[in-house]
Amino acid sequence: MTGSPPVLTMTGISKTFPGVRALHDVDFRLFPGEVHALMGENGAGKSTLIKVLTGVYEIDAGTITLAGEQVAFTGPMRAAAAGVSTVYQEVNLCTNLSVAENIFIGREPRRLGAIRWGEMRRRARELLARLDLDLDVTAQLGTYSLAVQQMVAIARAIDVRARVLILDEPTSSLDAGEVAQLFRIMRQLRDQGIAILFVTHFLDQVYAVADRITVLRNGTLVGEYRTGELPQFSLVEKMLGKELDVLERLDEQQKRTVAVRSAAAPLVDAAELGRRGAVAPFSLRIHAGEVVGLAGLLGSGRTEVARLLFGADRADHGQVTLDGGRVSLRSPVQAIDRGVGFCSENRRAEGVIPELSVRENMILAMQAARGWLRPIPRRRQDELVERYVKALSIRPADPELPVRNLSGGNQQKVLLARWLITEPRLLILDEPTRGIDVGAKAEIQKLVLELSDGGMAVLFISAELEEVLRLSHRVAVMRDRTMVAQLDNDDALDADGVMRTIARGAGSGEAIR
Amino acid sequence: MSSTSLTTGRAWRPTLARRHVPVLATLALLLVMYGIGVSQYRAFSGIQVVFNVFIDNGFLLVVAVGMTFVILTGGIDLSVGSVVAMTAMVSAALLQDGVPAALVLVVALLIGPVLGFLMGCAIHFFDIQPFIVTLAGMFFARGMCTFISDSSIPITDGFWTAVSQERIGDPRGNFVSVSVLIAFAVVLVAAYVLAYTRFGRTVYAIGGSSQSALLMGLPVGRTRIAVYTVSGLCSAIGGILLSFYTLSGAPLIAVGMELDVIAAVVIGGTVLTGGSGYVFGTVLGVLVLGVIQTLITFDGSLNSWWTRIVIGGLLFAFILLQRLIGIRFK
Repeated sequence: MTGSPPVLTMTGISKTFPGVRALHDVDFRLFPGEVHALMGENGAGKSTLIKVLTGVYEIDAGTITLAGEQVAFTGPMRAAAAGVSTVYQEVNLCTNLSVAENIFIGREPRRLGAIRWGEMRRRARELLARLDLDLDVTAQLGTYSLAVQQMVAIARAIDVRARVLILDEPTSSLDAGEVAQLFRIMRQLRDQGIAILFVTHFLDQVYAVADRITVLRNGTLVGEYRTGELPQFSLVEKMLGKELDVLERLDEQQKRTVAVRSAAAPLVDAAELGRRGAVAPFSLRIHAGEVVGLAGLLGSGRTEVARLLFGADRADHGQVTLDGGRVSLRSPVQAIDRGVGFCSENRRAEGVIPELSVRENMILAMQAARGWLRPIPRRRQDELVERYVKALSIRPADPELPVRNLSGGNQQKVLLARWLITEPRLLILDEPTRGIDVGAKAEIQKLVLELSDGGMAVLFISAELEEVLRLSHRVAVMRDRTMVAQLDNDDALDADGVMRTIARGAGSGEAIR
Repeated sequence: MSSTSLTTGRAWRPTLARRHVPVLATLALLLVMYGIGVSQYRAFSGIQVVFNVFIDNGFLLVVAVGMTFVILTGGIDLSVGSVVAMTAMVSAALLQDGVPAALVLVVALLIGPVLGFLMGCAIHFFDIQPFIVTLAGMFFARGMCTFISDSSIPITDGFWTAVSQERIGDPRGNFVSVSVLIAFAVVLVAAYVLAYTRFGRTVYAIGGSSQSALLMGLPVGRTRIAVYTVSGLCSAIGGILLSFYTLSGAPLIAVGMELDVIAAVVIGGTVLTGGSGYVFGTVLGVLVLGVIQTLITFDGSLNSWWTRIVIGGLLFAFILLQRLIGIRFK
């Protein structure tokens, strides 16, 4: 690897946005035939570096050299034409077109201007075969799972005789098997001499597939390391700087006690609550000060449970008792009124409003609860916002900045603050830590613990079992849209136990311990 | 790991028909309506009835084809009716002033595309809703009609009257007009462009997700502008066909036509949010509209406004159908 010269060199890259120094004097290099992980917290500058490389943004200072020639791409297509292809976290393909078309659109094989469909399908099949994928290339892309769509996006990217393939968080919505398949493809492409730039938040994945690691922090380069020579602990340390002890403290924390719940009557009592086609009837009690974790695979019905409890979907079965009184949760407004808060997993589509400022986003739910005819005085707004910006250490700490200028982790914190301001009695958190960095993750986890210690009931949904186990008093397990078990989180319960429950399914929950 | 784990990850195998369900539904509807007509009225079974539907709706078909392009990108073009009228008006006025027919044709065919191009630019460069831009275009073109003349201008030009009266038919007396052939030509060219050119496929991609299309390196801006230009061109051709049909230009002709056109396109199975639909479907949609009119004419006792009532009901049913398919698709 060190024998050949780097295919890509970025030297002294700087980029400033109004009010934010995104990159400062960053160097980066990429060798042919390697998988290179780009690591850093949210806001460290990873996305900016990629966007600068592919020409989405112009650089303020520095040079980019591709295969010995200095380049300055004016856009992703120019970059792709020169051999630098990007596959983004969200699959940016058209689900209404066929698989073959998604791979070739914009550069279809043509004769006299007419697209040669037969030739295109044949080449699509060949290309997919290279990635060990057996798909019906004439089917609409939308009929395949997100994971397959991601692979199709990669097929599209490598077709343009790519020399550099950028994978920007490709694994965030894939399950373990799909990740394994993706890694196999990545290794295969690496062995064909393609340089792969890989961005992810999962440390295990970095160690599974990356040859080298470059770490960024706060827009500056921390260093470049061989994966084998950088222990996981040091990597986290380099990513976070000095704030590492937060995570450790969390890890050392004892299992949460179960005593708290036996005390009073439950705050929330869902009896045989269900909705046809979404989730089978389930019963769930959550006490004040209790964190109930909801574990299960993607699509197992976790979000559906949350939406029922929040009134976002109407239950067609069962009833909910809140604080002893029976309530009908027909709409989110009613739920908010009764002290239920819901942080959606879909931060972009259902959560923050990117154009509005941090302050406006934060007071949204509180304002809605008060009714729009009674505006919250500006001074009170500023007080509240300042408090939560500080409490959640939202960066940059400027309440008037549009939320879209914040990194993913900080957007998540704004969303959280929006609900905390309403002082809910039950807070539903759906994947609050997905796609955000370790530091922000630790902060959010810590916050959940503090909130529940303060008497708030929390329903915590996460795909990461370790996280669920770390925070919850009790774990409810979902499988195939059914709640198959509720396990006390005592010393005997570990991730393996939960996984066995998920794998084994209905009726076996009690047998686990 | 074998690749099988991923191929089974597919949500569910679609039946081949699903993408075609709306079009097939329209086809079935058309056949049912035609069947009703044939069973009720003896004269309905004559081939000339079908030809007449094309003769009466040739201009509508051409405009609807242009609208199909626009709607496929997820846009809308409200200006088409006014552009049709303006084209007919300009043609009639120029011919009245003695301008040669060939020159009139060229000028008339330029008005629509130029206006469409300008509207496309406004939509793309200033990022304004197509609805509002083309609404402005609609008012502008309609205003120009009255500016040219506030009363109807007859066309007496030799070429125009010759084309208008030309009957292309078989010995038994069945015939179509020149307009029908032009409309067919437009349909064929449009179908080819949508299926076999990069421009056509980009139209579908933009309708699927313009953000993705942009990131896939497709010329989104250029295509979007082109789509409104195409619609303008089709409106111009439609305007000329209308002037062949009526042999006049009237300032208030084709008022509300844009809505008929949109109805025809939607009934033809093109999804209003874009990305799915066929020119062939649009042909069926126009035929449905035409056959309803014919049925009501044959009946004789029904007010012609019944056409509107039926179209209203159908439109609602088809949008509901699209929505249901869309939900199942999710």
